[in-house]
This record gives sequence, C-alpha cells and structure tokens, in this order.
Amino acid sequence: MKYLKPIGLSLFITGFAIFNFSFFWSSYQLTPTIVKLQIRDSVKASVFLQETTELTKNKTKSNFSFVNQLHAAFERINQTQVQNFSISDAEVERLASYNKEKFTLTSVDSVFNGSDEKNIFKRKAFKNYGSWLDGQPTIKDQLHHVADNIKKFGIVNQFGFDRYAVKDLTYSITKASSVSPVKENPTFFLFLTIGLCVIGALLYILPKWQLPLGIKNNGIFFNTMKNVQWLGILTGSWLIAFYVFLYFYPEYMTNWVIMVDPVSKFLNGGEAGRFFLYGFLYTLCILVMGIRMLINYRHSKYQILRTCSVMFFQTAFAFLIPEIMIRLNQPYFDFKNIWPLDYSFFFNNRLDSLLANGGLGIFMLVWGIALIVIAVPVLVYFFGKRWYCSWVCGCGGLAETLGDPYRQLSSKKLSAWKIERWMIHGVLVFAIVMTAGVLYTYFTNASWVLFFDSYKLREVYGAFIGAGFAGVVGTGFYPLMGNRTWCRFGCPLAAYLGIIQRFKSRFRITTNGGQCISCGNCSTYCEMGIDVRWYAQRGQNIVRSSCVGCGVCSSVCPRGVLNLEVKEEDGRFGKAILIGNNGITLAE
Amino acid sequence: MKHIVIIGNGISGITAARHIRKQTNHRITVISSETEHFFSRTALMYIYMGQMKFEHTKPYEDWFWKKNKIDLLKDHVQKINTTEKTIQLQSGNHIRYDSLLIAAGSKPNKFGWPGQNLKGVQGLYSYPDLQLMEENTKGITQAVIVGGGLIGIEMAEMLISRKIAVTFLVRENDFWDNVLPKQEASLISRHIRSHHVNLLLATELKEIVGDNSGRVQAIVTNKGEQIPCQFVGLTVGVSPNIDFLKESGIETKRGVLVNEFLETNVPDVFALGDCVERKYELPGRRTVEQVWYTGRMMGEVVAQTIAGQKTKYEPGPWFNSAKFFDIEYQTYGTVGNQLKQNESDFYWEHPIGMKCVHVVWDKITNQFLGINAFGIRLRHECFDRWLREKKSIDFVMNHLVEANFDPEFFERHEGEIVREFKKVGSRQSVV
Repeated sequence: MKYLKPIGLSLFITGFAIFNFSFFWSSYQLTPTIVKLQIRDSVKASVFLQETTELTKNKTKSNFSFVNQLHAAFERINQTQVQNFSISDAEVERLASYNKEKFTLTSVDSVFNGSDEKNIFKRKAFKNYGSWLDGQPTIKDQLHHVADNIKKFGIVNQFGFDRYAVKDLTYSITKASSVSPVKENPTFFLFLTIGLCVIGALLYILPKWQLPLGIKNNGIFFNTMKNVQWLGILTGSWLIAFYVFLYFYPEYMTNWVIMVDPVSKFLNGGEAGRFFLYGFLYTLCILVMGIRMLINYRHSKYQILRTCSVMFFQTAFAFLIPEIMIRLNQPYFDFKNIWPLDYSFFFNNRLDSLLANGGLGIFMLVWGIALIVIAVPVLVYFFGKRWYCSWVCGCGGLAETLGDPYRQLSSKKLSAWKIERWMIHGVLVFAIVMTAGVLYTYFTNASWVLFFDSYKLREVYGAFIGAGFAGVVGTGFYPLMGNRTWCRFGCPLAAYLGIIQRFKSRFRITTNGGQCISCGNCSTYCEMGIDVRWYAQRGQNIVRSSCVGCGVCSSVCPRGVLNLEVKEEDGRFGKAILIGNNGITLAE
Repeated sequence: MKHIVIIGNGISGITAARHIRKQTNHRITVISSETEHFFSRTALMYIYMGQMKFEHTKPYEDWFWKKNKIDLLKDHVQKINTTEKTIQLQSGNHIRYDSLLIAAGSKPNKFGWPGQNLKGVQGLYSYPDLQLMEENTKGITQAVIVGGGLIGIEMAEMLISRKIAVTFLVRENDFWDNVLPKQEASLISRHIRSHHVNLLLATELKEIVGDNSGRVQAIVTNKGEQIPCQFVGLTVGVSPNIDFLKESGIETKRGVLVNEFLETNVPDVFALGDCVERKYELPGRRTVEQVWYTGRMMGEVVAQTIAGQKTKYEPGPWFNSAKFFDIEYQTYGTVGNQLKQNESDFYWEHPIGMKCVHVVWDKITNQFLGINAFGIRLRHECFDRWLREKKSIDFVMNHLVEANFDPEFFERHEGEIVREFKKVGSRQSVV
C-alpha cells in the first residue's frame, strides 16, 4: 500500500510528460488532396496550392513554423486579391466626376464597363456596398468609404479568406497535415498520456482510504502546490497556457485533438474538435478528482451526494448527451446549461438551429427559457443557490473536484468582497445588454443598436468573458486565487442566483448558538472567500449572495457550529447575539 | 471621555474593547506582550499542523483596529500603581488610565519536576509557545506529552500530523476521567490509541533527563520506566497569569479576585477571562473558568458596566465543546464524572464506538440536568432553552430529534437513542 503513491505519481508524471511532448511531436505535410478537402471552393483551393508549394514539397517539422507559413500564405493571397480587385482612388475620382450633383447607381455601370472578371465584381460590389448612396448628394469621402469597405470585406470574402475562415482553416489544415506516431496510433497514445495520468492519479489518491474518517487538511499551507508556491505557480501557468491555446490558438494543439478522435468517432460518429478534447478532459478531471473528494470527505453523506451529483451531471448532461445528439443529427444541447452562463443561447445561429429542428428543437428552446424564468427562482427559493453551483453546474463541478485542493486560496479580505460585488454584477449587466442587442438584431436585422454594433459586442463578450474570464482565469487561476475565481467574480448566472438567494430564499447557514471559538477554519476553507467566522463568532446566521452551499465550512468546523439549513424565512438572518450570557440584552 | 486600558489582547479583553467601542467614545488602549494583533488561541494547533497560517487565526483584519480607534500596544506590563492610576511598561513608558481591565490570561503549569527547564521541554498556551514548539520539534522523532487534558490531546494531534511518535502520560485511569464519566473517557482513550498514540494511563512523570548539552533525551515515569524522547510537552493545566500584580494592592489568590460585577477590591479596576477567580460561588461552575466562552461573556459584561449600565456576570446554563482527534464533543448543563446521589443517567453508544450520548437527570424531580454528546452535533439553542425552563427528562428525550444539528443526509440516531432510553426506563421502573 505504501508504494502506491510514488508509483501513481511516477505514472502521472510520465503520462503528463508524454502529453506535453506530443504537443511538439509531429511533422506536417500538406498535400493537394488535403487542400481540396479542406477548401471546398476549387478556385480558392487552386490559389492556395500555388502559394504553398513549399509546404507540399517538403515536410515541416515544427507546428509553429507550419502555422506561420499557413498564415503567411493566407496573407499573401488576400493581399494579391485586394490588389487585383480593389477600386482604386482614380476610379473613385471618375465616379465622383460622373456624378457632380447627385449620385446614381447607373454611373457604376459606366465607370466599370468592362466585361472582365474585375469589372464585373466591382460593379456588383459597389452596388451592394454603396446602394445607400443612390440619390444622395455626391460626397467624395463617402465614395472612398465604400471602396474601403469593399477592400476590407468584399474582396476578402469572395476571393480570399476572411479572418474567421483563416482561423478555421489554419486549424483544420494543420490537423489534416499532421504526420506523427500519434496520428498513426491515436488510441495507443491516448492511453500513454491521458490513460497513464488517470491511472497514476487514482493510485496516488487511493491510499487516502487508509486515513481515519474525518477532514484531513494537515500540511496544506506547507505544500508547494496548494499555497501559491513554485509547484502551484507552475501548475497555474500550465493551465493558463492550455486555455489560451484552446480558445485562441487551437491550431497548435492538433496532436492532442487527434488523440481523442477514436473516442469522438465512438460517441458521435465524427472526428474530434478542440471542444470535444476539452469536454473529454474536463469530464475525466471531474471523475478522477471526484473520487478524491469521495475518499477525503467519506465521513460526510452531504459531501458524498454532492460530489456524485456533479460527477453525474457533467458526464451525462454536459458530455455524453450532447455528443450523442450529434450522432442523431440533432442540435448539440447541454440541458443543464442556463443563460446567462450559457451566453450564446439567444444567438441567431443557435435560435435558427433550434427552430429548424422540429419539435425537439422547440422543446429545447422552451426548456432553456423555463430554466431561466422558472427553475432558477423556484429552486433557489427552496434550496438556495447551491442546487446549481454545487450540485449541477459544470464550472462548479470542476471547482468542487479538481479545484478542491485550492479552495483555501480564495481571499477573505473585505477589499476582495468589494471588488467581487462590483465585478460580478457588472458582468451580469454586460450579459443582459449584449443579449438584448443580439435579440434586437435577430428580429430587426439591424446590427447597429443605439451606439454599438451587436455583433462586435457579442464578440467582445465571447472573447473576454466567455473565453478569457471563465476559462483562462476561471480555471487557470485555481492554484493562484482559489477554485471559484470565475464563480465569485465573473459568472453572471451566479450573480442572478445570488440575488435571489440573498433576498428571497429559505437557505441559510445556521450558527449553533454561542459555540464559535473563532478558530477561522470556516473562513480559511471557504472557496467563495466569505469570512464565515465574522458571522459565526457573533452568533449570526450566514446569508450571502455568493455562498454556493458547498458545506465545507460545516465540515471543517471542529466545534459543530455551522449547518446548512432550509427553513421558514423567519429568522433566516439571525440576530447578532450569543447564547449563554443571561446578563446581556445587547442593543440591536 | 475616559481612558480605558485593557491588559491582554485575548478573547475577553478584545470582546470588552469591541463592545466598549460600540457603546461609547472612550479612548481604548489594549496592551499585549504576546502579539501585536488579537488572534484565536484555539486555532494555534492548526498553524502547527499546516491547516492555517497565523494570519488566518485573526478574527479581524489588521485595518480593523485603526478604523475602530482601538489602540494596540505591544509591550509588557511591569507594574501597576493603583494610587496614581498608572501602568509602568517594560519599554519605560507610563500609561495613565481611568478604568483598568485586567485580562491577562493564563500560563502553563509546572510542578517542579527535575529537568523541567531543559531545552525541548515546554508548555503550550501562547503564540510564542507555538513558535518555540516549532523550533523544539524540528527533526525529532519521539515526543512525550504529560497531562491528560484538552491541550494535551491537541498537542498529540499536532505532533502526529508531523509523523512524530507520541507517548502520552495520563495520571487518571482513562483520558480526562476527572471530567468525563467513565464510558466517555474510555471511548476517547480507545480513539486516541487508534491514532497510534502510545497512551500510558495511571502514569505520572517523575523526572526529565537531559544530555550533556542541556537538551532533553528521556523521561522517567513514576513506574520507573525510561522513555527516550527529544521533546516533552507539559500540558498539566494552566494557572492565572497574575505575577505582575504583586505589590499592586489588587487582591489575588489563585487568580484576580472579583465580585459578581467583575470588580476587584480596587476602584475602577476590573478583571475578566482566564485570570479571574470569583469570590462567590456559581452552581455547577468553578471559581476559575478558563474557557473561551466564559472569557467572551465576561468581556461583554464588563463592557456594559464601562458603558454606564452596571451589569452582573450571570452566565446561563453551562456549555462547552472540544474535539478529540476526529470526535467532536458538546456538553450542555451538568454531567459530572460521577453521579450525585439524586442523579440518574442513561448512556448510549454507537456500535462503531465513535458516537455516544450521555444524559443525566434528577431522579426525584425528573428534571433534565445535562447531556454529553460525542460525534453527534446538537443544537445549543434547544438545550439552553430546555435547561432554563427546567424541562423533564421525558420531554427532552421526546424532543431530542429537534435538537439534532448534523448536516443534511447524515445518519440520525435519535430514534434509536429514545427507544433504548425507554427500554432502560421501563426496566428501572420495574425495579
């Protein structure tokens, strides 16, 4: 038994090392077949092939080099096409001279009167982009503006590659061009990396079964991983890097995605994408570290049930069901995800997809709205916010399993609480405004709302909040700022749940009379950074917006002072008076 | 506006300061030679065990004191001149007071054992004691703890968390059986041993043996056994810290003598907390009460008086709590280690042996007198009310389920306890 831990650690380190090494362990060979498969437009494919002869002739050994060359090729193609098809200043001058008083679209036909491809495009493009000028007084600057828009968007979209296409194609071409042992035998490498890590972690965790029942937080603040020392900082840095690559540079991690292709084919019939890899790893982390939680807290039925719940909801609702839906040609849908955490629920592409999928799609739409309007207030009233944040949510699931070793790093300072209240409610407002803009655009087709572009706004939200805050910071900062950084400072759904919990709920953490000895274990181990002791040492119940009801304050309390309870609303907040002192009737 | 000076920044002194601040605009100065800021003494063990850092033991962030205008002074009180109402400090400064609150706490006992001043031998009460223990236990493999109380068992848990082998000398026949009834003391003794503590019962320390460099290397018991060790923890209780009050004119015996208003014999001088000895009796309570809860209560009481509303120290029904390794303990009312003549009792223990309940009642009046619970959390509010209202034992047992404070989904035992109680009750009534 005593050798299991070092063996487990060795296996984990080995698997992790191979995983990281495999990031670089690939050559890249572009072929005409790959280009034709990835770029369906044969004209564009042909142009692309001409620009990438080096990559088709030679193998490229580095993913960074390969990606750089792809980017350079896309850039060259776009530049060439812009040169070929853009409307020159001279042509704008001719348009202006043709329309001395008012602008008419017929003048476009006169200026671009050739029958060659360029002139045909210019005529059509100017009519599309400049139709709003028809009948208006001729203003030269506006003509230039239209020409610029055609240069930026029209030419690139039609003859080149816009930035979305560049992003998608860079990823898919890199993946398809990969030549490596991983590509040849993905199942074997899946075992050699993720498999070894899972086995190693479990071997490391299982000896905890031998410890006596009860909380064992010994040595946490001597531990280099759990106390923001070198190992924790290293881990946090790795997590941050992983999320940055996942969200912003997935083309570099194609070997990792290739590894899980067999699992993806088994589940949904298709090749894996980066978010399949993410979902797979996420679910595995929750399951493996969930087992750690079950062992550590096995004296507590509450913690056992809670942990089993998050493990179930992540595995079934967030991972398996959506993947199986794809196999059944239905929309990818996580039935437990709720707007505004699921911030894209009302985006046009998702609404269109649901509405186009018959009865099931409509059901999903109604279900999603019912969760927001009915389930959240009703369940928070009866059980508190914890029903979601500690029992159902994917972010909460990871926080309560993989994140549990870092719960003590959440700051309990008053200053952190002040920042928290402004920030989390600010994000909620941002989410609401962004969604309102998106819906307005959906129903009116006008992208400009008041003084902002709803497409731009949702893109900003997606990059900074959805990817940057929830992912890079929310998980990457586990070893640096605790396991609930996102839930505490950024999650708009947590803000919504929290407002209801604070003002209209039966949930509270009851303080057991005058028994608090101010030891501070409850505050230290509160993952949401609540200074629980402040309330307990005054005999007051704890009712806070942010409390996710993880129950750990109750678990770590050595004197039986704290208990999560749902009771009648009367007396929920409790008076700040300690039982035991007959001579005192303290003023309110 | 007066100048209130408080000696000691423990729970009683700070509680008084907070409540005085809330109700008055008096100038408040708190003097301590132990630490700059108030911290929870009850959490010292968790610092050593790596579960917390010192900063986590502070109930108030450091900005709290300035914001609330409570002056903290790190200095040692050498002398008190009650005639001139001044305090002489080690730094050479003098402080004038209008009201003086002595909350000087306790210090560990030593009973004159040979070798008790060797290096590696110490008590554990204060933060400096903890720092010394950190130093004394570096690189050691064996430790001996002398004394069978709450600090002793906490020290055992601390040392075991660092994989140091522990031998525990307990004078009683079972751990804490001078406080606990036999059944509970036996349960805790078994639990202590399950944590690989070498528990030696009915054993006392005779001598501490040092090496040539003046460091402890072994102890000798009253049974003649020699036990090698590199650390000796003396946890044979604490005594009021009152040495500095000699020649002050303030009356002391074991502690600072106070009346029911916590007044000393000198006007405008009060005493509160661990260092206090009551001149008068309170039923079921010792005259020296060295418990976190009573320290806090006394702080509240004195603050009322300072604020102009003279208030007696009138604690309600006794309550206390502790944790013995993994077993939590709560007690309400009076459960002595021996039954009194008019008392009856009922004891229930879980088959696994980590949970038990012991209730005591007056067999003449049937009035419920007290309860011990181990491993099951009970609701303070219920027992406080039932004891004040002098409920009968039958009432308490029939409503026991209301008093459960365990988390959701935990196994409940009240039904079984009540059934067992009624069986025993029936048997007794037959007799």
